[in-house]
Amino acid sequence: MPRLLNAEELDLLAIGAWILGTGGGGSPYASHLVARQFYEDGGRIALLDPDELADDDVVAVVSTMGAPLVFQERMTDADFALKPVRIMEAFLGRPFRAVMTVEIGGCNAFQPLLVAAASGLPVVDADAMGRAYPEAQMQTFSIAGLGMAPHVVSDIRANDVIIPTASGWHEMERVRRRVCTEYGSVATTCQAPRTGVEVKRHAVLRSLSQAIALGREVRRARMAHEDPVAATVAAGGGKRLFTGKVMDVQRRTTEGFLRGSLSLAGLGEDAGASFDIAFQNEFTIGRRDGAVIVTTPDLICVLDSISGEAIGTESLRYGQRVTVIALPSQPIHRSAEGLRHVGPRAFGHDVDFHSVFGEEPA
Amino acid sequence: MSRIGIDVGGTNTDAVLLEGGKVLAALKRPTTVDVADGVRHALVDLVAAAAGHPALGRIEAVMIGTTHFTNAVVERRHLDRVAALRIGLPANAGLPPFIGWPKDLAAAMRGSVHMVGGGHEYDGRNLVPLDRAAVRREAQRIADSGITSVAITSVFSPLTDACEREAAEIVREVMPAARITLSHEIGRIGLLERENAALLNAGLQGLAQRTTAAFVRALRDSGIAAPLYLTQNDGTIVQAAVAERHPVYCFASGPTNSMRGAAFLSGLADALVVDVGGTTTDVGCLKGGFPRQANAMVEIGGVRTLFRMPDLISIGLGGGTEIADEGRRIGPGSVGFRLPEKALCFGGDTLTATDIAVTAGRIALGEPGLVGRLPGPLVADSLLHMERMVSEVVDRMKTDAAPVPLIAVGGGSFLVPDRMEGVSQVVRIEHHAVANAVGAAIAQVSGEVDRIFSGVERGAALDDARREATRRAIAAGAEPGSVQTLDVEDIPIAYLPGNARRVRVRVVGEIAQLTAEDTRD
Repeated sequence: MPRLLNAEELDLLAIGAWILGTGGGGSPYASHLVARQFYEDGGRIALLDPDELADDDVVAVVSTMGAPLVFQERMTDADFALKPVRIMEAFLGRPFRAVMTVEIGGCNAFQPLLVAAASGLPVVDADAMGRAYPEAQMQTFSIAGLGMAPHVVSDIRANDVIIPTASGWHEMERVRRRVCTEYGSVATTCQAPRTGVEVKRHAVLRSLSQAIALGREVRRARMAHEDPVAATVAAGGGKRLFTGKVMDVQRRTTEGFLRGSLSLAGLGEDAGASFDIAFQNEFTIGRRDGAVIVTTPDLICVLDSISGEAIGTESLRYGQRVTVIALPSQPIHRSAEGLRHVGPRAFGHDVDFHSVFGEEPA
Repeated sequence: MSRIGIDVGGTNTDAVLLEGGKVLAALKRPTTVDVADGVRHALVDLVAAAAGHPALGRIEAVMIGTTHFTNAVVERRHLDRVAALRIGLPANAGLPPFIGWPKDLAAAMRGSVHMVGGGHEYDGRNLVPLDRAAVRREAQRIADSGITSVAITSVFSPLTDACEREAAEIVREVMPAARITLSHEIGRIGLLERENAALLNAGLQGLAQRTTAAFVRALRDSGIAAPLYLTQNDGTIVQAAVAERHPVYCFASGPTNSMRGAAFLSGLADALVVDVGGTTTDVGCLKGGFPRQANAMVEIGGVRTLFRMPDLISIGLGGGTEIADEGRRIGPGSVGFRLPEKALCFGGDTLTATDIAVTAGRIALGEPGLVGRLPGPLVADSLLHMERMVSEVVDRMKTDAAPVPLIAVGGGSFLVPDRMEGVSQVVRIEHHAVANAVGAAIAQVSGEVDRIFSGVERGAALDDARREATRRAIAAGAEPGSVQTLDVEDIPIAYLPGNARRVRVRVVGEIAQLTAEDTRD
């Protein structure tokens, strides 16, 4: 049986999802507000364990895409999130059993909750990234070789687009980016539908629960005046990599991405050492004193050393006291095919992936 | 020409008479329940203190900084009900105005909510055409409800303000006496935060009008025939008649004036300022004599807002901070204004930061004998701990690693060590206790633009922004020939085509010559 999320879990999901955004993914603030308002008005949202899906159930995979800056003026609400789902149902000629998010990191963690608020559909406790990544072909369904179509991209006006077929994931990504730009750089999507068996085999399972658990630990530690960074590391099975102070941040936009780098000078037990992180929307590679020690797909998170709050690439600045931590990646991202899509080379870094957790690529 | 600067704080109203860069008279008076009374007392006493000085005959302006409007929001008092008119349907329908507000503040201010079609894209295209008929219909509903304060917010209005202006015209036709706030005149990109700031502004305009009128009367009563200006968050001033339309711009004038005064009194334009009071330490950063602006969300009375505010960090450390656990715990508790009865050195029973400084010989206060024999390690450890707190917060305000001077002001500034890593020198100044009133007295007039440009060369975008900022400064009362660019910032933006960049430009100028009559139109 699906269980009902409680109101506190919405707040915890917002904290956890922002950490799993690894610097990108967009702030969950507005979507969280919509969900909380829905709860204040008496609404409830059901969370469905992936094991409860029948193999032939059809699941909607949803997201908001576009420029985070535009999200600050044009936010996603429940009806806008549901729109492409209804168009997809009409196209397929059958209703969805449940809804799930493409990406647990950042604002998209709430996307299926908004769909649920408008439709009553249950939310599957899973996603297709286990974190945030900038492009569609980086999702687990792509790495697993599943198809990318049909795909619905919705505008807030009546300019919706159905892409019934595409020659590949990259091509699909390029086409829908163009469409999204035409909409004003914000769109909601309903991506290629997945069957229950595909979700159970290829999605990142129970990632909403994991994000909520992460948020719960951070909040508990804050309230108990314990170290929220240590709590995040413990709750996520992660590793503290570096504690220091932001010395420099460089940012530039190229090909529609926010690229740049962050330099830290060590404090405390890291005094005297330096740490540099490169980002392409999300943090992709970290070097200690010039030597690479962590790369995508390991999750690289930068947290405020005092509050434990995750810091996005757009709000980094000189003087912040931060701790860099790593959280473990998904096994599928560490496979040879996975590394081709989301390994360091997919982001232009010519190095091999060695997990800070010691696991070698499968 | 001379000027009078007044800072109305929560506890004290400070006033100075300034001419040619010299403080001719300065005083502190208690702030009164009716803030204008405190201003009147301060003015009368200031005139008396400077009696016979020729500067009194050539006062060109009186500048007042006040935290009154911020306090009204925090205390939920004197607020008007506001009708929120949002333009942007079909977008954002699920996030209506007042969403996320604390319940008590919403109860005090939410008049009614109206959403209509319209708004723009970031590149200037229409989101959908403005639904004029709906604006007229909603304006009629507002008029019928008896609400007179209206806040109008349109999607991407900081980039394209046409919808807000057009809607305002329609609302004014239907209700000519309405007080209207347009969000693009208040805030930046970030719809909810800008709208929140506009709603707060609309709910404070009535109070602002009554307050400035009372200030003007206080000026007349004390025989001063100079025009009145109010100081704003960015360290600049506007004529009272303009200021009363934008009370939210006065929210952070206290700390801002203190930083501006510190810059003026020290002669340093680029420095950090640390203001140590009884309970808290505020640190800000001066760039070209002005406080650096916060580029982030600021919460006021529990409401998220985004508009021009100084970038400040506050920590719980001041002269009254309580020391516990044998020096291991510093604050955040403070005896505050009860220091003269509570601190050990005044015969009280609480070990405070002041007692540590007295024992260490940093400052002579009260009866050192009363502090008793504090163990040496306790004094040394506490001092070290407090100095670390100060130097860490100072370092956080810096934007790069190069050493900068630090100006220490405020009653608790003896807690600031003379040497700090990353600080080239610690500067202490005369009159530091009235730095805020001095900051008010020296203020200039500003104009600001924050806009996204796409498909335009960087140089053309900057020129365009500079022209618009200058136009705004002149409208706010600047002498056209004196306007200069204060700062320019441009940031490239992710996921937008056409080399999109966000450009922010701020300019300042001297006040245009006015008479007292010009300021009340």
